Amino acid sequence: MSVVFVLIIIGILVASAFLLAFIWAVRNGQFDDSYTPSVRILFDDPTPKEENESDLSTDKPQKKQSK
Amino acid sequence: MKQDHQACIHCGEDCGPAPIQWEDKSFCCQGCQTVYQLLNDNQMGQYYQIQTAPGIKIQTDQLPADDKFAYLDLEEIQSRLLDFSDAGVSKVRFFIPSIHCASCIWLLENLNTLHRGIIQSSVNFPKKEVSITFRDEEIGLRQLVELLASIHYVPEISQQSLEKTEKGKSSKTLLVKIGIAGFSFMNAMMYHFPQYLPGSESLETGFRVVFGWLSFLLSLPVLFYCSSDYFLSAYKSLRKKIISIDLPIALGLVTLFLQSSYEILTDQGIGYFDSLTGLVFFLLIGKWYQSITYEALTFERDYKSYFPVAVTKVNADGNTTIPLNELKAGDRILVRNQELIPADATIEKGNANIDYSFVTGESIPVSKNPGDFVFAGGRQQGSAIELLVQKEVEQSYLTQLWNQEGQQRAKEAPMANTINQVSQYFTVIIITIALSAAIYWNFSNPEKALFAFTSVLIIACPCALALTIPFTFGSTMRQFGRKGFYLKNAEVIEKLYRIKTIVFDKTGTITHAQSSRIEFKGETLTDEQQQLIKSLAFHSTHPLSKTIYESLEEPKTLEVADFKEIPSLGITGKVNNKTITMGSKYFVTGDQSGDKELKTQVWVFIEKQVLGYFQFENSYREGLQDTISNLDSSYELHLISGDNESERDNLVPLFKDHARLNFNQSPTDKLNYIQQLQQNGQPAMMIGDGLNDAGALNESQVGLVIADNIYNFTPACDAILQADKFASLHRFIQFTKTSMTIVRLAFLISFLYNIVGISFAVQGNLSPIVAAILMPLSSVTVVAFATFSVNLMVRKRGL
Repeated sequence: MSVVFVLIIIGILVASAFLLAFIWAVRNGQFDDSYTPSVRILFDDPTPKEENESDLSTDKPQKKQSK
Repeated sequence: MKQDHQACIHCGEDCGPAPIQWEDKSFCCQGCQTVYQLLNDNQMGQYYQIQTAPGIKIQTDQLPADDKFAYLDLEEIQSRLLDFSDAGVSKVRFFIPSIHCASCIWLLENLNTLHRGIIQSSVNFPKKEVSITFRDEEIGLRQLVELLASIHYVPEISQQSLEKTEKGKSSKTLLVKIGIAGFSFMNAMMYHFPQYLPGSESLETGFRVVFGWLSFLLSLPVLFYCSSDYFLSAYKSLRKKIISIDLPIALGLVTLFLQSSYEILTDQGIGYFDSLTGLVFFLLIGKWYQSITYEALTFERDYKSYFPVAVTKVNADGNTTIPLNELKAGDRILVRNQELIPADATIEKGNANIDYSFVTGESIPVSKNPGDFVFAGGRQQGSAIELLVQKEVEQSYLTQLWNQEGQQRAKEAPMANTINQVSQYFTVIIITIALSAAIYWNFSNPEKALFAFTSVLIIACPCALALTIPFTFGSTMRQFGRKGFYLKNAEVIEKLYRIKTIVFDKTGTITHAQSSRIEFKGETLTDEQQQLIKSLAFHSTHPLSKTIYESLEEPKTLEVADFKEIPSLGITGKVNNKTITMGSKYFVTGDQSGDKELKTQVWVFIEKQVLGYFQFENSYREGLQDTISNLDSSYELHLISGDNESERDNLVPLFKDHARLNFNQSPTDKLNYIQQLQQNGQPAMMIGDGLNDAGALNESQVGLVIADNIYNFTPACDAILQADKFASLHRFIQFTKTSMTIVRLAFLISFLYNIVGISFAVQGNLSPIVAAILMPLSSVTVVAFATFSVNLMVRKRGL
């Protein structure tokens, strides 16, 4: 039965890790803004040159140039 | 012959009969077109694809003047504004009220495409804030702000934004506390659970000891960190000789902890640590639920958030920009178009046309001539004027009124609200029961006496009671917020419930702030005459001319020759070889007798003949009559206005009583009026909109501000109502009664649970399992009941 003690210790360690992660996230401002990221993720990647849209074959090299 | 007008591709507004064309796109004004062109040149057309017509319209003449942001070059202001600045990289946060959609986020986060100096920018949408990291060498703070202004996202920089306060800190602490309490609660529950199962007696004693001590350890941070606020506030209120709800909570928590620790030390059991941690967890959740805030709204604004950061001082050898707090009486300052008068002053040079709409709610500007006295808070429209400052900012009329108020409010005694009243009786009754149980057992079975005493305190811990208000009011507040009525905090609901009197301001509150009704009195105008008038009005920047221009439907304007504008009198010019003169009665007719006319009028003269005049009247908000008559049955209604009596006849039928209509009231009069009402024991609600109501708003139990744009400036208040929701005002106020009924019912539920619990406790039979079931169950029931019934009632009432 003493294996239960080991499991308890493991259990509380795992739970503590999550608690610490939560505290870190709060301190780090992860809960400050719960709206903007949901919009941000839907934006397309920037297309710096307009030609990109018309000529797909030259898309990649141009992107490199611009960066 | 009305034609279908096109919508501006930038801002979506009607382009009118003559749209500005650029690259086959129509724009309503030059300003919109400029922004479009700028974005188009930088390949940022995506702005218009994410959302249709996302742009912000700013009329060209309302754009900030070129050197408006010159003060940002000042070292002192820069260092206070910047969040961080090191090695050529700086970080700054701006509040931009006009952020409103996904396109805004996209554009503001891609600012680096517009300027190389910007490294990164990110938007916090709920707060309407953008934080920008930039390289000082490539783009200065001033250029950055000017860049934002050029795409019509004008940051709001005021005195208050210089005094940065960390707002989010307390909510972060609360979240951490909830996290820790939740962690301890879940784990303690796991350790306690085996004890509740049948056959737990045959568990090895080793387990019980380990589980007990583990729960003991888990409860330590909960007791000493998470629930510290309850102990503190219980102590504070005790010192003020008040029994608040926190006192029985604190008492219950301490008893729980001591009793449990005692059981563990004596190896009798593993105590009630699961109940203890659970209790704190639920209480904190309630606190969090109640503490929702509207981050982009501010209820605490004083004049500082409204006044500029710096002013242009006129010296003998040129102009300098100085921070506002260095402004002294006797200084000469320059106030440009759209700038604010920061202190009481007299006009030295130029023709002032001052818009006091923030102060009084009146949209029609007042003309002033050199030598006239002007109050701080007005906004100049038109060309720049020079002022001689008479009083320092802090001593100006309006700011002074405000400062006094801030002090008065701080003195106010803590609120005598329902929860505190209930908890007074509650605490006394519980302690009496506990003592009588202890005395009874002391005679029949002394071993049980102490246990019965602590049991009563434990089980009666008013967790459910304490959760009723946060969840009922929190839900109500959320529902209100969804419908356009924003409360400063949940306490306002109870204050709203208690009010007996409602005092309305007139201009801007029950009338529209921005639009006035125009009526032409005199001969009926022919189409041609209308066209002539419209053509002439088009050339003037005076707001009255603009209103006239917009009210006439003639599609085309004609050329105007010999156009002349005589400040504060009128305009004249030749259209189609016909002379037209428009302006004040004296200017047009030469008749001086009409000076006492109460309403704003613009007289029209075409070719030797006075045709009549345009009369500007306040237009009342939609649903005013309905709202007033609904409120009239249960509240005493008053009206208090800074304006003249011209509207009295219109208002008497609504308010019924002449005595309750007050005109020509100064801001101080308003304040005293409210004070007097409340001295007679009638909690009053003040409904206002401008700075001149600020004193009254502060003094009243509930200060409610009506705002056309809730993110714009509003004076300090307890609640903000969106102007277009004015017709629902009575429904909101009446709903607070429903909320209070729900609170009472929830109290009843939690008392019932308490009776059951106490019946166990007085018998000395309280086992940890009863506590572990009863306490969370009562909390959950109350929470579910409160939230569910509020949401149900909101739907039923059609709020």
